[in-house]
Amino acid sequence: MAGSGLQILAAYPALGPRGAQYSWYPFQNDAPPSWLRLGGWLAGARHLHFAIAWFFILNGMLYLIYLAASGEWQRRIFIPRRDTSNALAMLGYYLHVRKTPPPEDFYNGAQRLAYSSAILYGVVVVASGLAIYKPVQLYWITAAFGGYDAARAVHLSCLVLIALFTAIHLAMAALHPRTIVTMLTGGPRG
Amino acid sequence: MASLITRRRLLLGLGAAGALAGCDSRPASIFLAGMERWNERVDRMLFSPTRLASEPPAAELTPEPDFPSYFISDTIPFAPDNWALKVGGLVARPSVFSLEQLKRMPQTGMRIRHHCVEGWSAVAEWHGVQLREIARIAGASRDAGYVEFRSFDAGYSSSWDIESSLHPQTILAYGMNGRALYPDHGAPLRLYSPVKLGYKNVKYLTEINFLPQRSGGYWEDQGYDWYGGV
Repeated sequence: MAGSGLQILAAYPALGPRGAQYSWYPFQNDAPPSWLRLGGWLAGARHLHFAIAWFFILNGMLYLIYLAASGEWQRRIFIPRRDTSNALAMLGYYLHVRKTPPPEDFYNGAQRLAYSSAILYGVVVVASGLAIYKPVQLYWITAAFGGYDAARAVHLSCLVLIALFTAIHLAMAALHPRTIVTMLTGGPRG
Repeated sequence: MASLITRRRLLLGLGAAGALAGCDSRPASIFLAGMERWNERVDRMLFSPTRLASEPPAAELTPEPDFPSYFISDTIPFAPDNWALKVGGLVARPSVFSLEQLKRMPQTGMRIRHHCVEGWSAVAEWHGVQLREIARIAGASRDAGYVEFRSFDAGYSSSWDIESSLHPQTILAYGMNGRALYPDHGAPLRLYSPVKLGYKNVKYLTEINFLPQRSGGYWEDQGYDWYGGV
């Protein structure tokens, strides 16, 4: 999805409508590097993107159904009232402001915040994708994002956030190799 | 027969795309061709023949120098002196229309955001005659499920489903932003509709044919999706 999306972006590597490009976007008219792209050319990338998108959505929906039906959301989803102080304490520990980590059950607050935000990026990346895929037929989704070009900017921003999340996730797993076993086995129950 | 040829073309196009993507295997191109047929079904399901694209406010009009104009000829194509629009295929009354005749028909105007397959958007006002009016005058048959558009731009063409062709905002435009259409935007007559991507909106029109089978198109034959709905 990311590689074909960047190949599509390369066809018009700018954000904002023609004649009124966004001034805040730092890579205006700079195409993403070719080693990050997939699909060869615009039409090839579009076929890949719109074919695999269905499986991305299906995968996400199965995960959300599992999360809701199994009750797992209670220990995985960030609930502000329960988790905010724990997340802040964990952040303090990472930044060496705090000497000891806060108590944690299955996940600590910072983990819950990170994983829940990743779900949010997934939902928004799909919605903004639909908004720029069919801006006339699905006009209400496009309108919810503030129009076609705004939705396109949101779509790219989601990719950046998902990439950042993945990089931090991989770095944390590498720093705490024991958690990899827990990830694969599901961890202790109870 | 025509649909077989198109499907083969489609497979070839997708195969070429797949080869460039580094997945030049047969299963990969069959998978992608299957998914494209699925996506076209979804596209047709989402399409509403009555839903109108909303008109952006005048403040969002794109300054004309910033509105890109694409053509495939080496230089801007200019209409021949004896230009006229031919309408044929499955019609009761094959017709030829001069620009003056088209301008005397009921005029439709709209301010529309253009969506290019490349990802950019731009806003302009277009005026012209609804294609459904032409279909009515020529007496298009109920068996015509497709419409083919030909141009004098080095053979550039496209073909559409009949539902999108008869959409009230699908027009044959002879005016842009309150003036006569400029040669770089398809003068004297171009197809324009908010329900299709830019490459489906054929400029420099010469011929419209109502057909029982789809024909391809300049970009479609090279691998771009045939439906191209917005």
